[in-house]
Amino acid sequence: MSNLLDINGLNIEFPTRRGTIRAASNVSLHVNAGEVLGLVGESGAGKSTVGNAIIDLLEKPGRISAGSIKFHGEELRDKDADQMRRIRGDRIGMIFQDPQTSLNPLMTIGAQLVETIEKSTKIRGRKADQHAIKLLEQVGITEAVARLKAYPHQFSGGMRQRVVIALALAGDPDLVIADEPTTALDVSIQAQILDLIKKLCKERNLGVIIVTHDIGVIANIADRVAVMYRGVIVETGDVAQILGAPKHEYTRSLIAAVPRADAKLERFTSVDYIEGTTNNFKRIDIQNHWLGETSKQDYDGLALEVKNLDLSFVLQNAVFKRNRRMLKAVNNVSFSVQQGETFGLVGESGSGKSTVARLIAGLYRPDAGVIKVFGANVNTIKKSRANLSERQALQMIFQDPFSSLNARMRVLDIVAEPIRFYRLTNSESETRRIVQDLLDHVGLGAAAELRYPHEFSGGQRQRISIARALASRPRLLICDEPTSALDVSVQATILNLLKDLQQELGLTMLFISHDLPVIRQMCDSIAVMRHGEICEVSDADAFFNSPKHPYSKHLLDLMPRMDLIKP
Amino acid sequence: MLSFIMKRLAQSLLVMAIVSAVSFSLFNFVGDPVNNMVGQDATREQRVEIRQQLGLDDPIPTQYTRFIGNMLKADFGLSYRIKRPVDDLILERLPATLELVFVSAIISLFLGITLGIYTGIRRNSWSSRIILSSSLAGVSLPTFVIGIALIYLFAVHLRWLPSSGRSGTVDFGWWKTSLLTLDGWRSIVLPAVTLSLFQLTLILRLVRAEMLEVMRTDFIKFARARGLTERAINFRHALRNTLVPVITIIGLNIGGLIAFSVVTETVFQWPGTGLMFIQAVDFVDVPIMAAYLVLVALLFVIINLFVDILYFVVDPRIRLGG
Amino acid sequence: MSQHSPKTRWERITDNDIMWSFLSSPGAMTAAVVSSIIILACLFAPLIAPFDPFDPAQISLWDGKLPPSWVEGGQSQYVLGTDNQGRDMLSTILYGGRLSILVGLAAICLGMVMGVTLGVIAGYVGGATEAIIMRLADVQLTIPGILLAILINGVGRAALPLEFREEFAIYVVIIAIGLTDWPQFARVARGATLVEANKEYVQAARIIGLPSWLIMLRHILPNTMRPILVIATIGLALAIIAEATLSFLGQGIPPTTPSLGTLIRVGNEYLFSGLWWITLFPAVALIVLVFSVNLLGDWLRDALNPKLR
Repeated sequence: MSNLLDINGLNIEFPTRRGTIRAASNVSLHVNAGEVLGLVGESGAGKSTVGNAIIDLLEKPGRISAGSIKFHGEELRDKDADQMRRIRGDRIGMIFQDPQTSLNPLMTIGAQLVETIEKSTKIRGRKADQHAIKLLEQVGITEAVARLKAYPHQFSGGMRQRVVIALALAGDPDLVIADEPTTALDVSIQAQILDLIKKLCKERNLGVIIVTHDIGVIANIADRVAVMYRGVIVETGDVAQILGAPKHEYTRSLIAAVPRADAKLERFTSVDYIEGTTNNFKRIDIQNHWLGETSKQDYDGLALEVKNLDLSFVLQNAVFKRNRRMLKAVNNVSFSVQQGETFGLVGESGSGKSTVARLIAGLYRPDAGVIKVFGANVNTIKKSRANLSERQALQMIFQDPFSSLNARMRVLDIVAEPIRFYRLTNSESETRRIVQDLLDHVGLGAAAELRYPHEFSGGQRQRISIARALASRPRLLICDEPTSALDVSVQATILNLLKDLQQELGLTMLFISHDLPVIRQMCDSIAVMRHGEICEVSDADAFFNSPKHPYSKHLLDLMPRMDLIKP
Repeated sequence: MLSFIMKRLAQSLLVMAIVSAVSFSLFNFVGDPVNNMVGQDATREQRVEIRQQLGLDDPIPTQYTRFIGNMLKADFGLSYRIKRPVDDLILERLPATLELVFVSAIISLFLGITLGIYTGIRRNSWSSRIILSSSLAGVSLPTFVIGIALIYLFAVHLRWLPSSGRSGTVDFGWWKTSLLTLDGWRSIVLPAVTLSLFQLTLILRLVRAEMLEVMRTDFIKFARARGLTERAINFRHALRNTLVPVITIIGLNIGGLIAFSVVTETVFQWPGTGLMFIQAVDFVDVPIMAAYLVLVALLFVIINLFVDILYFVVDPRIRLGG
Repeated sequence: MSQHSPKTRWERITDNDIMWSFLSSPGAMTAAVVSSIIILACLFAPLIAPFDPFDPAQISLWDGKLPPSWVEGGQSQYVLGTDNQGRDMLSTILYGGRLSILVGLAAICLGMVMGVTLGVIAGYVGGATEAIIMRLADVQLTIPGILLAILINGVGRAALPLEFREEFAIYVVIIAIGLTDWPQFARVARGATLVEANKEYVQAARIIGLPSWLIMLRHILPNTMRPILVIATIGLALAIIAEATLSFLGQGIPPTTPSLGTLIRVGNEYLFSGLWWITLFPAVALIVLVFSVNLLGDWLRDALNPKLR
């Protein structure tokens, strides 16, 4: 039985000055025509490297040190550079993650298509144009004739990815490798692109390898799954088996850590298989600690009140005011949050949810509307020291763990900055002690204080951000997509940490995300935003069981069906 | 497109306004114009009379407006040193400088861009390494040192080429060109090579850096994944994307050439506006300094405007918004 | 991410990628060694030069125009010969090199301080302030540096009363070159500031309530230093060339306390009568000096470029 693609015992190495790094060890997998193989793993697992190795596009100094890759029974490693070049595009196609940078911004898409068609097939001239039009229609782009003359920047992200798929299919390959094809796209567009890939796979009898870290994607279109961890394939099997009854421990904990959308659990199941996530740092009795002392205000009103919020941005400036193009980012937004509850703000990118968060935090000034944090009007807080106590009540955690910390400051200084600035202690040694306790409490360990951010992983940096936010003893914590940039396993531990902290400190949380299952697990109430407006506000359970607004229903439908996972 | 041009024009006008203001203040605050015109022996009455003639007692805004009016007519008065109208002097010497800059521009752009692309494509070959090291040396050689060295080698030792001056000129109306005779070419070779060397190496390194940057992008990676030949990738994709930002360099290049023409003309005694400028600075001959400043600013403003429009035309992202 | 104890400062300096790329490249190491020797020799000129060429008492016109010691007619005490005034070439080159380096450094520092301050403020505060500062920078950049330096220098000298012109010439040169450099620094600083100001750690600082000036100083400034340092080294080389050019044109440092450029100018007048050493040695010294600075800058740029690693 000859498979379309047969990989056996593949070893990929990267020699560096610190020694040789094994990106892949003894990797074996196979793909057949007409099936989708999902290659899933977290960042650093080596899955993209395997994809690159198949078509001989490993980044230097990477090299294949052992193993065989057979395509249609022929050994690819025996081929020379020119033969491989001909196989690329003609027989094996590849799609990359970011459609924005995959296309040459200075060439029309028609030119790029025709170039590939003429290279990979014998079609020339006008026939090539017609073939290009046909391809565009097959990937679902309407008005294809006009589109040929357009440039990439004139397309939206989803349409660009369709063009990329058309380019990959131009030579009519038998095998397509898709490396995180939907990661850079919106949720609703993701579903469309995945459907397209599945349709093309069946129609053209392609073999497809989908490389991804997103279990939802796997559940959506994969027929078979191979799970990678640290360069090794730990398990392979049918999608139903992998998702429903995983055998290997890592797979099991990985599947379990994916947030469920059907019921709210007490805590997220964390992925214990990963080495190094042991939390045996000392936990402080935070209620009796300095950190647990909340401000003495006896205020029993709403934690957060937002009324008729408006904000517009200038898109294109022009000499005359009427020619100026404005974008209404926030349109008449109103909601309120009780003390101690977790309020979720949901929407796709561009919905305005992050903008609302920044308005509340005081980073932007609204055009109209009122924002009250614990009764105090945010926009009348002047920047004088007298009002610092009001500023302390609100803190924020951000999405990108890499840009949310100043790379040139030590962790100690980063976390101590609010304490020092608000002059919350009387001595530097007291400050230091508090910082050490805080670092212990968030699971980093006091020894981290002398290190710099780049020495830590993404999840650890988020812990530092959390420590910094807690240092001013806030009562309202805004979390702007705090785990969207993290691996599933790390996500679970960070979210558990946030849950614990909220309970210990009685925090009110405003939780912003596009990920509905996470929202389900974290939030008590939910507001859905779209194009700057609020579509629906409701209690979490009510929302997930019977949503009212049509857009809410649309979002819920888009959630990957995890029914293959048994509870 | 219209707003783009309007914005650029507005900026150009601003530049010219500031430059004219600086030019004007040179006149009024550096040296004493009266002294320079009549020398030490003039009597008090003569000075007062001249002050009135030149309008030096009028309020500053009036003087400035008069200055601008004159400037638009290209009238900067008489040179303190040569005692001839400045605009005549400039017109006489402008062709020499413009031709020198033109020839140098051709050399530096042509060689700089082609060598830059070559070293960008064949990154690790021996020839690339040699070219790259020489370019580092080239950036380290001050123009005047190159000039002196070339004179010593070709004019003094080998006696192949003249050591100074501009010969073999032919008249085209008021424009004296030296590009039509062999003699003319022999006299322009050394100065042009000297002037172009620094810019050449700069362009080479910039083009190479840009090329390497482009080769690292995702769309090149995707082009490889589609199996396009290295040739197609290099020349159809990478080249186009490299040259677009390089266009901005053309403006800087010509600017640098005009600037360093001052040095080159001094070394080779080339009778252009640059040499005149240096002599004027030495003597504090304000009318020439002011006029040169305005002239140069005008030239640069025009060049930059042209480059901006070129950029607009070539890059679809700017042209088509979207 | 390492599990061992945090590195000491020394460890962090020696064990990072920059140092490694340096130590493993013979070209970079040779260049560094040669440059250091030359630069140190120049800076310590007063200590190691056989004569003090700026001291009129040590100059004797009789000893003028002597060729280098290995040429017939030369004397052993004047290793590289003497110039037209009888100054020992070797000492004059050392002192002159020192002047060239110091002037270049001072000019670059002036331009850097001015440009970075204005650039960071422009980038962070935005609005009209940014518009004004950047327009000024753009306007100034329309005119190439060397012309502007000649102009400022010329005006500066003319403005000084005659007696002080020679004494203060060096300061006028420094100011002239420094003033022409600030727009580049401002541009780069503003660009870097725009990038950093959008990063989330700056937003976190704003939420805490830090005043703008503190954010600019503590958070933004240190993170803009990387690209600034790169153009500073290139700028230093250009500043040294600018000073040499000004001096060669007769506008810079006067012949009584000559820099390398002035020496070349003086030598040029005697070049064709056969006194080649007065031009050649200073020219070589100048070229080597600038070359070393460029090499250092090149290597620094590659080392600091995160994408190349």
